[in-house]
Amino acid sequence: MIDWIQLLGNSAQQILSPVTAAYALAALGLAIHFGYTGLLNFGQAGFMALGAYGYGISTLTFGFPWWAALLVGVGVSIIFALILGVPTLRLRADYLAIVTIAAAEIARLFFTTNTFVQYTGSANGLQGYKGSFEEVNPIPPGRYGFGPFTYNEYDWWVRIFGWGLVIIAALITWRLMKSPWGRVIKGIREDEDAVRALGKNVYFYKMQALVLGGVFGSLAGMVFVLPRAIVPSNFQPTLTFFIYAILLLGGAATVLGPIVGAIVFWVALSFFSGFVARAVEVGWLPFMSTVQAGQLQFILVGIVIMLLVIFRPQGMFGNKKELAFVK
Amino acid sequence: MAHAATTPTSRRWPRLVATLLALLFSAVALMSAAPAHAASQVGIDENDYRVSGIVRLDGDPLEGIRITVEGPGQSAEAITNAEGRWAIGVPERDTYVVTLDESTLPEGIAVVDETGEDETPNSREATVGPSGSVVANFFIGEGERATTNVGGQILDRLFLGLNFGLLLALVAIGLSLVFGTTGLSNFAHAELVAFGAIMLLVLSVFLELPLPLAILIALLLSMAMGWANDAALWKPLRRRGVGLIPMMIVSIGLSLAGRYLYQFFIGGETRQLPYATTTALNTGFYGLSVIDIASMAIAIIVLLAVAFFLLRTRLGKATRAVSDNPALAAASGIDVDRVIRIVWVMAGGLAGLGGILWAYFRPGVSWDMGFQILLLTFAAVVLGGLGTAFGALIGSIIVGLFVEMSTLVIAADMKYVGALVVLIVVLLVRPQGILGRKERIG
Repeated sequence: MIDWIQLLGNSAQQILSPVTAAYALAALGLAIHFGYTGLLNFGQAGFMALGAYGYGISTLTFGFPWWAALLVGVGVSIIFALILGVPTLRLRADYLAIVTIAAAEIARLFFTTNTFVQYTGSANGLQGYKGSFEEVNPIPPGRYGFGPFTYNEYDWWVRIFGWGLVIIAALITWRLMKSPWGRVIKGIREDEDAVRALGKNVYFYKMQALVLGGVFGSLAGMVFVLPRAIVPSNFQPTLTFFIYAILLLGGAATVLGPIVGAIVFWVALSFFSGFVARAVEVGWLPFMSTVQAGQLQFILVGIVIMLLVIFRPQGMFGNKKELAFVK
Repeated sequence: MAHAATTPTSRRWPRLVATLLALLFSAVALMSAAPAHAASQVGIDENDYRVSGIVRLDGDPLEGIRITVEGPGQSAEAITNAEGRWAIGVPERDTYVVTLDESTLPEGIAVVDETGEDETPNSREATVGPSGSVVANFFIGEGERATTNVGGQILDRLFLGLNFGLLLALVAIGLSLVFGTTGLSNFAHAELVAFGAIMLLVLSVFLELPLPLAILIALLLSMAMGWANDAALWKPLRRRGVGLIPMMIVSIGLSLAGRYLYQFFIGGETRQLPYATTTALNTGFYGLSVIDIASMAIAIIVLLAVAFFLLRTRLGKATRAVSDNPALAAASGIDVDRVIRIVWVMAGGLAGLGGILWAYFRPGVSWDMGFQILLLTFAAVVLGGLGTAFGALIGSIIVGLFVEMSTLVIAADMKYVGALVVLIVVLLVRPQGILGRKERIG
């Protein structure tokens, strides 16, 4: 028989999970790119990889403290955004999509190759970079919490840090989008030529948006790897597609959408895959193996992306008038 | 949106491409050659038998040495670990050729030939015995390496690159035609590529049909799949007036769902098509096998047929007219929907054929094989000019040659990086691509 309590508990854990926080943060960055500015960035996984490796390499190879390593990750992602933006921000949206996905793959291949194995660990990735971040943990050792939400001091510290970043990023996004800068950004999404006619330097504004969203992405990459190891195969294009699914689910041009979207996405996905796996174990789905059950969730995400775009492009919180893809 | 004709307009491109290639080669030549991306234990869990060994120099283990094992049903490579060990799983109790890549050995070190008769001591045969495993070790010491000359290597790579470029062209032309006529950047094109190869796998290996018949049915199914894609999804979406960007995101969802649906049915491992790993078919002509030559010949014939269709037939002219300006084409009495339907059938068939050739080139059929070349396909299409069929052809051959030739100077596991960098550099210098017209990028 299926252990429903455990299944529900596992799903509920996703609400606070650092993975959810990382996806929420990355989706917020994407909301700035895609939702508010209309930039079709398909390389968010690349920004996350740069953040993660920037943090990991500067800690392990150069012995930086955690805050300096964090700044390195952010700095690298700003440079990446500038390199990406210069050739592509003047081009049509689908060109930007192809270039960003290619650039993210280039970054991943550089981290995977054996050529730089002493810095990147090639396909095995990196671990053991948590020391300095663990030292500043103000929580005394022990286990805290209730029910499924019982974690040790490091797990709580990662969760507080990750969700703290999400809240700060959300406040920044909310404030910015109410400012004159935000109005220009949204204007670019609606009609680039009209904004240009008002004397604004569209290229410059797009670049700022690309950098800001990219910084959110790199921070998300760091939150993503703090509870585990850095593995290059985690940063495949599928990661970006998952973030798009979250963004479309929550609503692309909203502040709350990416955050609630990430929580709903992970709770639902965890419940679904947990349920199918258990149903296979108890023999409810005799035509399926447990490995096949694991692949169902990816098929589901693909179908959800299609259905959302076709039937509810504004997502849960979005306004139909504020669609990222007007053209 | 604007659409361009497929006529070549530029005389500048040879110089431009030469500059780009020179620029890129000099940029990547700084990186030293290194072993390809592989682990020390390859395919152990999936296979019943294994070939293994230890690479040592005077008793000290050598790490990072590339070993390849080729034979019935297996073609894999492993990199020795810190203890100098490697192991590759093989599916049959048979004889396999084990090769040690001498370029991965330290400077001045080579595989020593003890008998003095073997011209290539770095390659030897190993027969899996009754124990289910065999050890293949090499005598390593200071000495001269058995290397192919540089000219031979360049020609080897040239043919490989041409072969890859031609199969890429089949895939890219379909993508480009669909883009030209409907404006859709179809990420799910990768799944049409994998579909052809997977159908051939099902028909020829699982159902054991004769190969020519299986290929024919697989191609017909691929064309039907292309038609079904349009009829079931894209045509209704065009009717609803869904924009191009949402359609592109829909194609990403379709690609994701399709890819994992393939994995759901055929699993995560790589399977071989008939004759894909038979060494008996080698011709000795620059490492080409009969399959390579057949693959190139098929690709060239099909590409010529596509060119004839586009340039000489009424329907081909109609296709180019729709690419140029759908509204004007409709006004001049062309049935745009019919043209788009035919383009999708062609795209499906071409992608399926490209997928089959890609499965023989890699070699192997796997669930994500289409996605592996999707970005290279986009690179080829953008390089040639989005929406232009002949641009896609030229772009593909350049990308194919570039990918294979670049392994002469950079690590093999970085070979796709070069092509993706070309993509970005082209957009920087000439965003409309080699044959594209400037208005397209608006």
